[in-house]
Amino acid sequence: MALVVTAIALLLLLAAAGLATARSSRAHAEALVYGGTGVVCGLAALWAVAHLAGGGGTETLVLPVGLPWLSAHLRVDSLSAFFLLVINFGGATASLFGWGYGNAHRDPGAGPVLPLFPLFLAGMNLVLIADDAFVFLVSWEFMSLASWLLVLSTHREAETPRAARVYLVMASFGTACLLLAFGLLAGAHGDYSFTAIRAHAPEAGAAAAGVLLVLVGAGSKAGVVPLHVWLPLAHPAAPSHVSALMSGVMTKVAIYAIIRVTFDLIGQPQWWWGGILLAFGALTAVMGVLYALMQDDMKRLLAYSTVENIGAIVIALGLALVFKASSVPVIAALAMSAALLHVVNHSLFKTLLFYGAGSVLAATHTRDLGRMGGLIHRMPATAFLMLIGAAAISALPPLNGFVGEWLLFQAILNAPALPQWALKIGIAVVGAALALATALAAACFVRLYGTAFLGRPRSAAAAQAHETNRAMTLGMAVPAALCVVIGVLPTPLIRLFEPATRLLVEAGPFDDRALQPWIRLAPTSAIGNSYNGLVMLVTIAILSVLLVLVIHRWASARVRRSEPWGCGFADPDPQAVSQYTASSFAQPIRRAFGSTVFAAKDHVDMPEPGDTRPARLTVTMIDPAWGWLFRPVGRAVDRAADVINRLQFLTIRRYLTLMFLALVVLLVMVAVTQR
Amino acid sequence: MPDIAYDASHLLGAVVLLMSFALLYQRRLFSLLNVFTLQALALSAAAAWQGYAHGEPHLYVTALLTLTLKAIVMPLALHRIIVKLNIQRAIEPALSIGLTMVAGVSLVTLSILLVLPVTAEATALTRENLALSLSVVLLGLLMMISRRNAVSQVVGFMSIENGLILAAVGVAGMPLVVEMSVAFSVMVAFIVFGIFLFHIRERFDTLDMQEIESFRGEHR
Repeated sequence: MALVVTAIALLLLLAAAGLATARSSRAHAEALVYGGTGVVCGLAALWAVAHLAGGGGTETLVLPVGLPWLSAHLRVDSLSAFFLLVINFGGATASLFGWGYGNAHRDPGAGPVLPLFPLFLAGMNLVLIADDAFVFLVSWEFMSLASWLLVLSTHREAETPRAARVYLVMASFGTACLLLAFGLLAGAHGDYSFTAIRAHAPEAGAAAAGVLLVLVGAGSKAGVVPLHVWLPLAHPAAPSHVSALMSGVMTKVAIYAIIRVTFDLIGQPQWWWGGILLAFGALTAVMGVLYALMQDDMKRLLAYSTVENIGAIVIALGLALVFKASSVPVIAALAMSAALLHVVNHSLFKTLLFYGAGSVLAATHTRDLGRMGGLIHRMPATAFLMLIGAAAISALPPLNGFVGEWLLFQAILNAPALPQWALKIGIAVVGAALALATALAAACFVRLYGTAFLGRPRSAAAAQAHETNRAMTLGMAVPAALCVVIGVLPTPLIRLFEPATRLLVEAGPFDDRALQPWIRLAPTSAIGNSYNGLVMLVTIAILSVLLVLVIHRWASARVRRSEPWGCGFADPDPQAVSQYTASSFAQPIRRAFGSTVFAAKDHVDMPEPGDTRPARLTVTMIDPAWGWLFRPVGRAVDRAADVINRLQFLTIRRYLTLMFLALVVLLVMVAVTQR
Repeated sequence: MPDIAYDASHLLGAVVLLMSFALLYQRRLFSLLNVFTLQALALSAAAAWQGYAHGEPHLYVTALLTLTLKAIVMPLALHRIIVKLNIQRAIEPALSIGLTMVAGVSLVTLSILLVLPVTAEATALTRENLALSLSVVLLGLLMMISRRNAVSQVVGFMSIENGLILAAVGVAGMPLVVEMSVAFSVMVAFIVFGIFLFHIRERFDTLDMQEIESFRGEHR
């Protein structure tokens, strides 16, 4: 506990150091800040592992800071320790990558990232150890503002100001919801420490309203549709290692907030809360991945893919909640393990993919998939690591994404154990949606990888790209290696965070934690299924080797004949503009889903015969959340502002009249209520 | 004796309230000033009587202050301003006199309904006094919003302050320094108002707020 607080203090010191050295030598400042942050985060992550391995006991600390009559309550239990591990591990790899990224990708217009980077990590750590609503909200806002400033650090790019504005509005909205939620949960007795909230379970109405507000407030931070609109704007706008942190790690802090309130603080949940989570999780997963498929901007694609993964995590949380509410703790533990495992997995492969996007950005100075291509020859290490990330996020065995989905589907297939018919049927639908989302995610990453790394270069920059430096490669290699390790041997990790599962749903995923074999994943005997990653790995390896042998023996050696006119694809074409593009790949799905969901329109501008200008295909689409939710809300706010604006031009006498009327109304209220 | 003390202070407080009502229906500036002087005199008498009845000599100071400032200096100064600036002597009410009176009566009812139950433990004198002074304050506010003339708004402000003093002398143990500071802040406010009136007049040739507001160039 004291170690975590020390780590946070050190991060704040590093932020101050970053501020102090910002004017001096940049290389030294970067070495100091990123090196220091990496070491501090790495140690904090190790501490979290040790704490979880030691059973994940609860430690509390009261610091005499804050308002005079309130001290700051801090607390670490197994849940916080688990999320501390996720965040600090992400922080450590981001520091490593960021160090290299700062060297490779010097952006003259970039604002100060150095002091803000440790500040952002400190804020996230503080949220996790907060044990009263004040500390929680202050550190939550701290985290939001630090990340907002990080987004603004690229303020010279055209899209950043809008992204930052939307982010600021959504972050304030989310914090306001959380503020109200804690007010409701604390009730009239006004003790905002989590211990007191746990002890006095609020009445049913207040609890439901509080949970809904937390889902809205934390859900907007996590990127739950339809509150996700800021995320694909803000996450790509930040520098790449910060994008990785925001997308892979900060969304997990929001997930932590949802778990902390709905599973820990509020006592016995209602099943329909889980129903809401399931419905919005399914919507989020499908919409997120559909939109990811439409993107041509690599980082924005990854941000939308984060929305999809958050959807999967929210589905798992919803399942855990309904099973807990219906007193089926074993399956609830399974779903909760799936959620926590997916939290780890997503933080690993999403940071990896964002680092990869950062490497590509540093090498080609573009995020546009339409200007990449053929990078596998120029950047073999990045291409290999990105392949691992893309396969992992597409839930391919034997990587970690598959294990998470496997556990999640085990829980989904056990839905008939629930008493509510609505859920028995609804969860089947949610499962179908999740399967659709997973398949589309695979398509999405085939598209990303195929367009960016395979084929021929589509621009001069892509043709002249070169491999990035060692620090960046190492920053990517660490999460990539863990993706493989967790995929092959998931059991030690699940056993590590078993105390958190036990804390939240009063059951673990295993019959007997001690007897669990480490080599295969055999959750509770109630479902009777097991997964052996090692067998999977060996099978896949043997089959791949066989396939390669067969191809080389019988296919490669043959003389191949090709078309003299390959659909206009001229081999020595330096630009290779006639290649299959990212938009071409997405076109069938855009036709199938896009015209209804996104109002996508393809407009072909075909020149007259004899006209020499090129034909042009324009695709327009709009995120339905803007059209159905945010634009109407914005218009309503504008109208209200117009009406209220008139108040600014009243005469003195009318202002006095308003004050007088307000006074009289208040006095009448007092007179009426006191009798 | 206690009965007479109670009755007399009640009577004086009621006179102050009555003068507030009288302020509401004045149509000429000079008569407005006269009524205001009468209110200040009644207030000063109330303070002096409280000082005598409860044996608190510092209330005499309050009475003296009220008498000099409110009953002599300010009416004279305002009178001078009106003459010097050659202000139109009639007051244009923004709210008709009848409606203003109805609103005033309802405000007095409201303050009695409000104060009496709240202060159930206090002595009868304190309760009556509080109800009366709250009424005077509310009527002063009503006067400020129901008149268009700047001078009558100043007078309304002064009568609010009278209500505060009335409350202060009624509650036993209110330290002198509070009353002094209230009196002096009103003095300062009066000076500021006076300066403003001169400047407004100089700039716009009128003290009718309706005319002045059109100079702000804003839509109404």
